[in-house]
Amino acid sequence: MPRRPGPAPVHTRRSRFDPGAELRRLAAERPVTRIGAGPGDSEEYVWLVTGYDAVRQVLGDHVRFSTRRRFGRAAGTAGTYPDDYRPDDMIGQLMDYDPPEHTRLRKILTPEFTVRRIRRLRPRIEEIAADRLDAVERAGPPADLVEQFATPFSGAVLCELIGVPRDDREAFLRRARHHLDQGRGRQARAAAGAAFSRYLAALVAGQRRDPDDGFLGMVVRDHGADVTDKELRGVCVLLMLAGLDNISGMLSLGTLVLLEHPGRLAEIRADPGTVDRTVEELLRYLTVPHAPTPRTALEDVTVGGQLVKAGEHLVVSLPTANRDPALTAAPDRFDPARAPSAHLAFGHGVHHCLGAALARMELCIGYTELLRRFPHLRLAAPAAEVPFRLHTTAYGLERLPVAW
Amino acid sequence: MEVRVDRDRCVGSGLCMMHVPAVFDQSEDDGKVLLATAHPGPGLARSVRGAAGRCPGRAISLHADGGTGGADSTENVRQ
Ligand code: HEM
Ligand code: HEM
Ligand code: SF4
Repeated sequence: MPRRPGPAPVHTRRSRFDPGAELRRLAAERPVTRIGAGPGDSEEYVWLVTGYDAVRQVLGDHVRFSTRRRFGRAAGTAGTYPDDYRPDDMIGQLMDYDPPEHTRLRKILTPEFTVRRIRRLRPRIEEIAADRLDAVERAGPPADLVEQFATPFSGAVLCELIGVPRDDREAFLRRARHHLDQGRGRQARAAAGAAFSRYLAALVAGQRRDPDDGFLGMVVRDHGADVTDKELRGVCVLLMLAGLDNISGMLSLGTLVLLEHPGRLAEIRADPGTVDRTVEELLRYLTVPHAPTPRTALEDVTVGGQLVKAGEHLVVSLPTANRDPALTAAPDRFDPARAPSAHLAFGHGVHHCLGAALARMELCIGYTELLRRFPHLRLAAPAAEVPFRLHTTAYGLERLPVAW
Repeated sequence: MEVRVDRDRCVGSGLCMMHVPAVFDQSEDDGKVLLATAHPGPGLARSVRGAAGRCPGRAISLHADGGTGGADSTENVRQ
């Protein structure tokens, strides 16, 4: 079934590295704007939140703004779920939970995602990067860095994290990608989603019986009684889906930005210690997630001077918040030397990205190893012909043809 | 210089300990910030200010040594 026609929602539109022109116009006018959310001339609307301070307020206030999805075609309900209902495929999906339920689940996972714990994965991630760069070398020049490096690298790291055996990885990752591809039909996406969800259920059951010392095994051993298999399955699906497109988008887009700023490239090559601040600035400048989970106001509340009524929905634009002069001066410039700032690429508040430490390490390793392996890396197509990836929840490139 | 952290605001990013491990630590329990020292030497002032500026929770504040914690002893860490 083809994708429903019509323009992409305004908050997902981009223009190369920048938020789309319409989105920028709205953000420049006011921090919170009412936009249509239904097809054609329907009356449905949501609040689009674009200003840095307003975004912080919404994401930082889990008491007034809920992430729980309350509508759907649930069995026996007419559109709105009862308070104690959560559809099967959302069980364990942290971003669908509000405190205190969210706190219970997140607490179980947090120890596995601290900086210290994540650093133990460094040698494996370096090996994965080296393997993928071998594949790039075999494929070209020219080679497509998205297909040969960004996509399989982010996938293999996540498989390593949750313990998907090597032989299963390819089929497993293909399903995850298909599920996230908005260019595919609904049925195909649902089938792919159901298949990898079943696979993960089996993986969880296996760890229950015989826990190893990976992430799942540790959680089962330390907190086995506090978490159900269904919740753990949901957690794994979420980790996969939260970590694939964001990382591959950052690696592909970030490499293109660096190729357009040869001074920065040279700096990282000369002193790999500078890669940290370049990663931080790329996270802000590119802000690949268009928006976090939509929020629902639980009571009347004023945001950015605008009254939002109880029950109304808010779409939060992270790319515009990170280009707000209230965050940092000259926000539209890519400048790794700018003063440290509290950007919102990983969100904010209780749902702040659980995988942030892993993401930062993957990106540092990814860019450093890529530049080390190919000292003469260059684009193998005119810059204007590099296709941007639009049909996913995180921004990225469709292809990045390079030579060396 | 005295460093204070507000664990209610901390979102557990671990960024501070990543950049300035001599001053900040991350709890293995709740992932939130712990202070390795509240009184880092002047040589660390610049890095601590950087950590405060980047902190996504705005949970880190700098105070003059011996200050009472009133607003006027708090540096503007937003930069
Ligand atoms: C550059 C890469 C990444 C970016 C930009 C990013 C961004 C985000 C954002 C904006 C949120 C907040 C969602 C919300 O408020 O609704 C989030 C949540 C989350 N992220 Fe990431 N992410 C990245 C990589 C990863 C990776 C690699 C993992 C896992 C291995 C991961 C796991 C999660 C999880 C589990 C949550 C939900 C946390 C919760 O609801 O408590 N992310 N991420
Ligand atoms: C039994 C498992 C699952 C089934 C049957 C399923 C089904 C679907 C369907 C039918 C769609 C909508 C496709 C469309 O709009 O054209 C969708 C979208 C999506 N699903 Fe799932 N899903 C499953 C599991 C999951 C899980 C566990 C996650 C965790 C994050 C997830 C994340 C998403 C995302 C991010 C989208 C894209 C939303 C968008 O298009 O903006 N799915 N899924
Ligand atoms: S940088 Fe801020 S939010 Fe992150 S761990 Fe340190 S104090 Fe907490």
